[in-house]
Amino acid sequence: MAARVLVGVKRVIDYAVKIRVKPDNTGVVTDGVKHSMNPFCEIAVEEAVRLKEKKLVKEVVAVSCGPQQVQETIRTALAMGADRGIHVEVSGKDYDTLGPLQVSKILAALAKKEEASLVILGKQAIDDDCNQTGQMTAALLDWPQGTFASEVTIDGDKIKVIREIDGGLETIKINMPAVVTADLRLNTPRYATLPNIMKAKKKKIASVKPGELGVDLTSRLEVLRVEEPAQRQAGVKVETVEDLVGKLKEAGRI
Amino acid sequence: MSALIKARKAVGLAVGCGARSLTQLAELPELHQMMRQTCRDYADRELAPIAAQLDKSHTFPAKQVCELGAMGVMAVEVPESLGGAGMDYLAYSLAIEELSRGCASTGVIASVNNSLYLGPVLKFGSEEQKQQWIPPFTTGEKVGCFALSEPGNGSDAGAASTVARQDGGEWVLNGTKAWITNCWDASASVVFATTDKSLKHKGISAFLVPMPHPGLSLGKKEDKLGIRASSTANIILEDCRVPLGNLLGERGMGFKIAMQTLDSGRIGIASQALGIAQAALDCAADYAHKRTAFGAPIAKMQAIQFKLADMAVALESARLLTWKASMLRDAKKPFSKEAAMAKLAASEAATFCSHQAIQVLGGMGYVTDMPAERHYRDARITEIYEGTSEIQRLVIANQVLKEYQQ
Repeated sequence: MAARVLVGVKRVIDYAVKIRVKPDNTGVVTDGVKHSMNPFCEIAVEEAVRLKEKKLVKEVVAVSCGPQQVQETIRTALAMGADRGIHVEVSGKDYDTLGPLQVSKILAALAKKEEASLVILGKQAIDDDCNQTGQMTAALLDWPQGTFASEVTIDGDKIKVIREIDGGLETIKINMPAVVTADLRLNTPRYATLPNIMKAKKKKIASVKPGELGVDLTSRLEVLRVEEPAQRQAGVKVETVEDLVGKLKEAGRI
Repeated sequence: MSALIKARKAVGLAVGCGARSLTQLAELPELHQMMRQTCRDYADRELAPIAAQLDKSHTFPAKQVCELGAMGVMAVEVPESLGGAGMDYLAYSLAIEELSRGCASTGVIASVNNSLYLGPVLKFGSEEQKQQWIPPFTTGEKVGCFALSEPGNGSDAGAASTVARQDGGEWVLNGTKAWITNCWDASASVVFATTDKSLKHKGISAFLVPMPHPGLSLGKKEDKLGIRASSTANIILEDCRVPLGNLLGERGMGFKIAMQTLDSGRIGIASQALGIAQAALDCAADYAHKRTAFGAPIAKMQAIQFKLADMAVALESARLLTWKASMLRDAKKPFSKEAAMAKLAASEAATFCSHQAIQVLGGMGYVTDMPAERHYRDARITEIYEGTSEIQRLVIANQVLKEYQQ
């Protein structure tokens, strides 16, 4: 039985919120805006908790990187059934430039420190849509990876992962320890039950600094400018198929 | 002079419910924030999208009630040992408000189960009764109801004409109960009947009656203005026999059980009203941003702004009264006056906010395309059931006058 699963959870702007660009175009407005757990991270937590309920793993550890507020996100993971949490303290400028490279270094260091046999992450975050952290973490650890998972089955010390790819579904078998990233159809996350919310209060969240893990947070990227997407232009109605083909040719589309 | 001293003492009693509680009024503890968020998420994703359809088809949301049961929301205050969530009344109030914001019918279904059915059994039931009548009603698979009102008496609860007589090892109940919420979907009821007519309201007793049961039949479902996904009907008892062990509390204790149960139930209904009011405000404010008239969003107009401000004040005041009543109850302090104030304020806020929301939406407020008309219809009942606004005023006045007793 796998000992420990590490699940990364990211605090992002809630999916229902209308995003507004800051007037100075350096980023988006986050002050006073509703935040919640990245939906793909919810799916990752749900999968980890289900593995624990099936007695295939012993412990689920939820990890988040960021300032004090990310503890709320960790607590939500605890309320869903994770056993304990780790808060990696990153704030200020470091948090603004925190990206997949830094997070994957942190997760790799924690995976080794916690002797995890499985790291489950959401396939991507809905704020930056990078879709890189899982892959980078696996590469840094030199572990196999099963990304875009829509089904995960543990079989002894191997994992069967069904991946959603452009052409359909791909089934692979990888050795543990491994990294898996959750896709939309992997599961439907549970609502935290009231008793579990109460239990979550008693579960521990340990704090750790990236320096203690030997991780350098320097970013290799510089954000030059953030802009709203172009406003959608009104369309044009045409009478016949010939007109449509004509217009498309005019616009150089065909 | 002595009246002033007494009045000061009364104020002191009212304010002194503890520094911890006052902080809670300003910002909820983390635990309560988390559970409020989980209920809100559930309501947004699972209740709000189906509320209009449930209302149109008068359908009991059985699947959702089971899901809420699994979350612990159908039995918030019931201890974990009996299958509940083991949380406090403030948590319960938050849960009902959030549910009602999504669907007012679901809110009342949960409120009746929690406050009016599980409440009295938890408070007045014997250990054996609690074991039998509580656990199956915590999961959402079964819901309970509360049969006090009759065709001949609603506010006049002391005049119960439903009778219960002892016959061998059984109680035999005869009479008709009216306006019973949940009854078509319920598996048990707390029924109030007169056991000693000469003792007037001290001659009423409470009984636990399973449903369905021989001798118990249901009247036709009322075709209501609002909260249509919850069933409301008469319960007719014709030589309905239950074991002697089904007496809840002691003989003659029925009126006291009813009144104490309603004190708590009031907080539940106040919370439901808050949810409806909040939904109405959300709808109006959102619309005001989007609708343009005279060259700008109507949110820029003072007439609209004043309405939204008045709605927000009515809602927030009622919410604070509701939270305070909950906290007093949790601190085991007297809370009848505050509960009545909360129910009165919240129900009037609900009707006010939903009325104004329709006004803000104009024509769109009058059609089913927008939820404003449903909030208006759902809100109206909150001023009537579990104690009409008139009764609430009597309860409050009674308490206020006691404080100034000559």
